[in-house]
Amino acid sequence: MNQEPKSNSLPISIIEEYCTICGICIDSCPVGAIKEENEKILIDETLCTLCGVCVSICEEGAIVIEKEERVAFKLEDYKGVWVFSEQRRGKVEPVAYELLGKGRELADKLDCNLTAALLGHNIAEEAEKLIQKGADNVILADEPELANYRPEPYANVLKELVLECKPEIILAGSTTIGRSLFGRLAVGLSTGLTADCTGLDIDKEDKKLIQTRPAFGGNIMATIITPNTRPQMATVRHKVMKELPFDKSRRGEIIRKNFSKEILNTKSKFIEFVEDLSQRVKLTDADIIVSGGRGLGSPENFKIIQSLADVLHGAVGASRPVVDEGWIPFSHQVGQTGKTVSPQLYIAIGISGSVQHLAGMQSSEVIVAINKDSNAPVFNVCDYGIVGDLFEVVPLLTKKLKAVIK
Amino acid sequence: MKIIVCIKQVPDTTEIKIDPETNTLIREGVESIVNPFDLHAVEEALKIKENSGDGQVIAISMGPPQTKDALKEVIAMGVDKAYLLSAKEFAGADTLATSYTLSMAIKNLGSYDLIICGKQAIDGDTAQVGPGLAGQLNIPQITYVKKIEKIDVTSVRVQRMTEEGYEIIETPLPALLTVIKDINIPRLPTLRGKLIAKKIEIPVLSSQDIGADLEKIGLSGSPTQVIKVFSPEIKKESKIFSEDVENGVDKVAQALKEIVEKIQ
Repeated sequence: MNQEPKSNSLPISIIEEYCTICGICIDSCPVGAIKEENEKILIDETLCTLCGVCVSICEEGAIVIEKEERVAFKLEDYKGVWVFSEQRRGKVEPVAYELLGKGRELADKLDCNLTAALLGHNIAEEAEKLIQKGADNVILADEPELANYRPEPYANVLKELVLECKPEIILAGSTTIGRSLFGRLAVGLSTGLTADCTGLDIDKEDKKLIQTRPAFGGNIMATIITPNTRPQMATVRHKVMKELPFDKSRRGEIIRKNFSKEILNTKSKFIEFVEDLSQRVKLTDADIIVSGGRGLGSPENFKIIQSLADVLHGAVGASRPVVDEGWIPFSHQVGQTGKTVSPQLYIAIGISGSVQHLAGMQSSEVIVAINKDSNAPVFNVCDYGIVGDLFEVVPLLTKKLKAVIK
Repeated sequence: MKIIVCIKQVPDTTEIKIDPETNTLIREGVESIVNPFDLHAVEEALKIKENSGDGQVIAISMGPPQTKDALKEVIAMGVDKAYLLSAKEFAGADTLATSYTLSMAIKNLGSYDLIICGKQAIDGDTAQVGPGLAGQLNIPQITYVKKIEKIDVTSVRVQRMTEEGYEIIETPLPALLTVIKDINIPRLPTLRGKLIAKKIEIPVLSSQDIGADLEKIGLSGSPTQVIKVFSPEIKKESKIFSEDVENGVDKVAQALKEIVEKIQ
């Protein structure tokens, strides 16, 4: 490959014969690098980041980014779908079961095995469950050093396993573990990683993994591929993929692997875990979340939210302003700066629905909004909305539900 | 103690609105800002320096030439030195190419004790560059740090936020931390800081300056590729009750009951 920069210009260009100057690229550019001048579309190369948004949005195919293809990986050597099966304190996390559900579908489309990679200590029992949840086999790394998540030994172990077994796809939950681990692992493997996906599929023609995720605070969705390196790595949002029911008749091999002390070595030490007792139900695992915002008026009024959450057996969430005000701890915050959730049911009460908040809950299955302002943006994304005084509506709703829900 | 803070200039996504008529982004008047999480990283670095009595805080960023403004902003907060990685060949970098580029720049700055990054940037929201950079440099990483309990020249002990509480982790230095907004309240630039920022020369480094391999940077060093972008689906069939609230509550209660039964 050419070691000199090709020229002083970026490898992006407009094909003028195709361009109709419709201006859609100008509106789409996230950094404002495109403008129209003298009936020509111009790209300001000091601003352009080659993000590719304009290329994909142009209906005429008039914008091209030239990329030199590198082929360092023999793609045909890689086969199989892997799910990193995150465990905490010896129990596999629900997100791993969700990924096995999706992984099963991908593996069937590719006609290959679905493997669960399980790292921990004294967790052989959990391995059986992974088979029952859809895995064909489990690779088990059972070592005292792996009892709690530590980035270095976890990344080292997975790197060694991937180099040995060559899976074509490897998935993890988009959790505080998955994101931290895969960010490091992708670098070790020199391959591509797509964060916080909400959609995964296999391209019918070239069998590549098609990854869809929100970007720019959920304002746009992007479809991303990893064409030339393997494995194709992705972290996946909780609660978006559907898990399969336990199938006790499923059988599969549990493959135990051993590792050298060097690989298991870690400089950072886990001292202890401190549980957050203010959160009765874990937000990211909750099927139902009831969230309160500034409309509540004061911290005491969160009890209205809590009562409804109790009746529905749901978790309590909150918008950023009320967390910033100190009405409720940060661990309850839903949104771009807090947690991204996708429960079966999300109820937003007294929350207007800033772009940041919507980014954190928009992939919920059913959204209910209660707000006195009929123009609140949250009503644009809800399935059910009640425009009214929350102090009247919510207690009434709670009462009615209490009568009909066990 | 020498602390390096990595920052990114981002479009202010809080200012980006969706036009409900056309379902496209309204970017008019959207400014470039320092990624908000990175301001918490800068604040924590400055606090550590102040508490230890001596030391140096260096900010680095990769981006187009106007990223200098972002670096000047953190200089005005009290950062001692800043470097900008800016050259055409860096453009189009995904998280792998970015973490490699930053690692090469950091290696060229000589020895360091601590690297602090924001937990993620608000434009891409990947949270991958911090862990990737730690991997490139082969140093320990602790992500989602909500509090530094103790730090000296040899080690750091922190609280790391998780989904159900927090962990206490200790690691020898050098190490890389990514921080969440819970950790501190970033200071505002001072007048004196602004004067310094106005005068300071920010060195601009190219791939040659940091000895980076051209195959590992920018577009050619980026294994991921965006093939399509589209607007998120907007739910069209919302049922909004605004007149008869009591009737609305009845209907919603009925719908919720069915959802709850389905979940159970």
